[in-house]
Parts: sequence; C-alpha cells; structure tokens
Amino acid sequence: MKIQQLSVFLENKPGQMAGVFDILGSNGVNIITMSTADTEQFGILRIITREWEKAKTVLEEGQFVVNLTPVVAIQVPHKPGGLSSILAIFQKQNINIEYMYAFPCAHTTEAVLIARFEDPDAAIKVVRESENFKALTEEDVFKEKKACEIQS
Amino acid sequence: MTAALDQIAPFHPKSSPDYLPVDQLRQLQLQRLQQIVQHSYDNVPLFRKRMDKRSIAPSDIRTLEDIQLLPFTVKTDLRDEYPLGLLAVPMKDVVRLHASSGTTGKPIVVAYNQQDLGTWAEVMTRTFAACGLHAGDVVQNAYGYGLFTGGLGVHYGIESLGATVVPISGGNTTRQVMLMKDFGTTVICCTPSYFLRIIDKANEMGLDLKDFPIRAGVFGAEPWTDSMRRRIEQLTDIKAFDIYGLSEIIGPGVGCHCSAQEGLHIFEDHFYPEIIDPETCEPLPDGTEGELVLSTLSKQAMPMLRYRTRDITAIYTEECSCGRTIRRIRRIGRRSDDMFIIRGVNVFPSQIETALLNVEGTLPHYQIILTKHNDMDQIEVQVEVTSEHFSDTIGALERLRKKLSAAIAEIIGIRVNLRLVEPHTIQRSEGKAKRVIDKRAEAES
Ligand SMILES: [Zn+2]
Repeated sequence: MKIQQLSVFLENKPGQMAGVFDILGSNGVNIITMSTADTEQFGILRIITREWEKAKTVLEEGQFVVNLTPVVAIQVPHKPGGLSSILAIFQKQNINIEYMYAFPCAHTTEAVLIARFEDPDAAIKVVRESENFKALTEEDVFKEKKACEIQS
Repeated sequence: MTAALDQIAPFHPKSSPDYLPVDQLRQLQLQRLQQIVQHSYDNVPLFRKRMDKRSIAPSDIRTLEDIQLLPFTVKTDLRDEYPLGLLAVPMKDVVRLHASSGTTGKPIVVAYNQQDLGTWAEVMTRTFAACGLHAGDVVQNAYGYGLFTGGLGVHYGIESLGATVVPISGGNTTRQVMLMKDFGTTVICCTPSYFLRIIDKANEMGLDLKDFPIRAGVFGAEPWTDSMRRRIEQLTDIKAFDIYGLSEIIGPGVGCHCSAQEGLHIFEDHFYPEIIDPETCEPLPDGTEGELVLSTLSKQAMPMLRYRTRDITAIYTEECSCGRTIRRIRRIGRRSDDMFIIRGVNVFPSQIETALLNVEGTLPHYQIILTKHNDMDQIEVQVEVTSEHFSDTIGALERLRKKLSAAIAEIIGIRVNLRLVEPHTIQRSEGKAKRVIDKRAEAES
C-alpha cells in the first residue's frame, strides 16, 4: 500500500529546481504531484511520479542525490473538514506525520493526501479501519489520477 | 582444514618472507637497499645529482640506518620529472605504465618492468593470503581497471594466489549484486564506500548479502574508520580487511591487515618504512607518531628512495599475534600537508577529515573556504551530500549538519559554518578536490 516518493536534495540557489524539471521533462517523465521544503541553505524536493524508477536513474545521471521514500496516499473527501477529520484519527491513534501534501482531482470530488509517517504500516492499518478514507495503491494513484498529471 | 588448503594452494603463506626471522629480514633489507641505491645512482639523474650534492656515494650505505644519509623524494619530484624522468631502466624494458591523478596539474606516471610486475603480484598474493583468501575463492574485483593501479594490481594478485578473479571493475551496481549471487562470490575487492552502495542496492533488489556466500571484503583506496569496518561486518556477516598502497611505491600491496585486524603489516622486504618528524625531518623511533617514509628495495623500473608519503602513522613495537615478523603501521589517520592557520590556530585539513569520517564512516567530498569578515577569519566547510546520508526530512538533514559541525569544532577547537552542498559541486581538478581555498587576502565585498 506504500507508494514511492522521490526525494531530491537541492541547494538553495537560483536555477536548481529548474535543473531537475529540465531533466525529467526531456526524459518524458510526468509528475503527478510534488512539494518542496526548504531552509536558508538547502531544500528537499519531493516528487510523486509513475515513472519513479526512470526518474531516479536520470536524476542520478544528472548528479543529483535522490532517495526513495515510502509514503502513504490516502483518498479524502475534497470538502471543508475532509482533511481535519483524518488528522484527528491519526492524532487519536498517536500516529506521527513527518510531513504531508495533497492534490485535488478536478474531475472528482476526492482529493489525495500524500503523507510520510514514522510508521507507515500502522498508518495504513488505521486508514483501512476508518469509514470515510481509503489508502490507495500505486496503481490507484497512477491510474485514476492520470488526468491530474502536471506536464513537466 | 588449513592443511588441506595449503596442499592445493600454489602459494604457501607460511613460507613467505612475512615470517622471516628478524635478523634475516634485516640482512635481506640491507642487501637490497645497497643494490637499489647503486641502481638509482647509476640510472636516475635526479637521485645522482642530489646524492652528489651531499657527497654521498652508494658505497656509504653500510647499515640500514645509513638510509638516513639519503635525500628525500617528494610528490612534486614525480610531477617535475613528468612523464618518465625518474625511469631507471631503458624504455624498451618497461612493460606497464600507470598514472595517478595529482591534486593539481600534471598526473604522476609510474612504470614497471617484468620483474616489478612479479614483485607486485607477489605482494598482492601475500596481501590476500594475510586476509585468509585461498585457491577456491571467487573474488569479485570491483576496483577500477585502467590507468589507476587498483584494478590490475588486485587482479594479478588474485590470479597468482590461484583464486578465481571476476574482473567486473567499478560501476553498474545492479550487475555487481547479480554476479555476486550467480557466481557465488566469496570475496569482494573495492572501496569501502562503494561496498556500502552495493549493500544498499542489494536491499533495494530485495536481497540480503547475509544470504550470499560472500565471507570477506578487501577494502582500500580511500580513508575509512574502524567503526565503519564494524558496521560493514555487522550488515553483511563478512570480515572486512583494510589494505594500504600508493602508486608512487607500487600501487595496492604496500601493506595490509591480517587475521588480527590490528594495524597493517608493511611488506618491508620490498618497501622499507621509516617514520620522521614532518617539520624537522628527523627520524623517529618505532612507536612514535610521525610521517611515513617509504623506500622501494627491489623496484627496478622506477625506484623510490625515502619517499615522503605525507601519511601520519606510527610503527607498532609489539609483535603481531598472527606471527608475522614484518612490522605493522597504525591505520592512516591524517596527512601532514596543507596546514593552514586560522585565528592563530594551526589546522590540518586531515583533522577536518577525521571529524567527517567519524560522523559519516567514509570520507565525503569536502572543501574548506577561508574568508575575512570585519577583520575576523571565517571558516566554512562545504560537504557534499551523499545518498547514504541524505534524508527526506529537513530535521534529519539539520541534525546531520549540526553533528558534522560539532565534530569539527571538537577536534579543531573552532566553530565552523557547515554547508551541505549537492554532489559534484565542489570543483575537482584531476579527479580530486582542492581542499583549502583561502580568500582572506581578497578585498572584502
Ligand atoms: Zn598480523
């Protein structure tokens, strides 16, 4: 149930981010969603893509440091309170979220939350036991959300 | 078990010079030293000129201590004599050339005649025997083949031992793991940091090296720590051995761990070790820390007299529990060159290396940048992030940054600004990074 996220180390200087997307774009890699985290000195770019293996190879050839991180994709209702109710469940079960980001899908009423947990297996178990939320497989995310892809 | 293996092995470690009685060993060393000094004097203009200048003749070498009469050779001599000014045999007798990258400018070229290649294979055979290898081992050689001495040096040692060599060279980590499994590799030879990548790759492929037949690794060509060695042993259930060598002397095969894994034996019947004070150049007794100086006692094509390695170590005074009589040096911790002064404190880049090594296990690429701000010396250490130490959370990276800068401050006593940078952003010339960039003389902006 875990899906692979590419984590890329970036220095905080002009043009670094563009370098990553140039490489991915010219190798025909489509990005489903992404997020960044940064400090004064450096940042981390997190990417979800169907072609994560290829993306990792071409970025490493481009001399970026890339790691694979297992994250959990959760389908939540795309409406006010959708997010807060799932977070309440995690809090109640004492499950720590390291970070998260989400993307809505234009043609459905659902949104997908990508979350990195200290203990992803425990998180998946909680989601499965809940009524309104669904932990998505790699296939779900990559197949169903095709229309959401951002052209890189 | 051992007896049976000795019978089938073409090489008998116990009859090698590793175990010569000390007086016989010294006798052999003296005899070889006298010959090599004569040979160098007769055939290498630079050595003759320097000896003449000091009024030293080859016949003045009457005891091993007389080696102290000879002038030192340094790395820049090899560069100044580029490509083959130090050649001591006719070019037609040279059967192999290798070249290593210098930190700046021209590469360093080394030459071997047929006898030298025999010597090299012999010391590598003794290296592998000391690490417990024997005929029947399948040895995957993942050192780079080519101008670098590592690949071919290791290769011929394995063949000469009678073991099976898999000459895979470096790179293509997936294939490394696949062949390790398919060929039943029992021993791997590579740099310790590359072996870590192999471990990671195997994990990515859903494999555990503990399930493989591999039982030993022979690691060298870069600095690493004892704790790194133990980590490799824990992760894979193999014995990890350290080897020491430098192209100027022969390549790999100058010294190695034995089963005791405590210090590295120097093959001193071929490479005579001395320890000197790097400042005064005075010889120091065994047991005292100083710079390692090596003289090749048998190398024909390009002999090296009192070569200053810049490596700081000490010679053990106790005998090794393995029974070898050839002496041991302590694992190389730091180098004597490139010292700089900041806020009145002497700092060696090697001290910063030690700190980085202690945190990361193997040495990352790094650079020291000295600047002046409001008349105050500033020091920034840039460290390239490696896949092993990169994390997807900001918190973990900040912790790494703090750990690295605290480890440096603890050793040099000065707080540094530590900056994590992307791989390959530190400029390298000839493959190696320039360690210190001093911008303090430039006008403040
Ligand atoms: Zn020993």
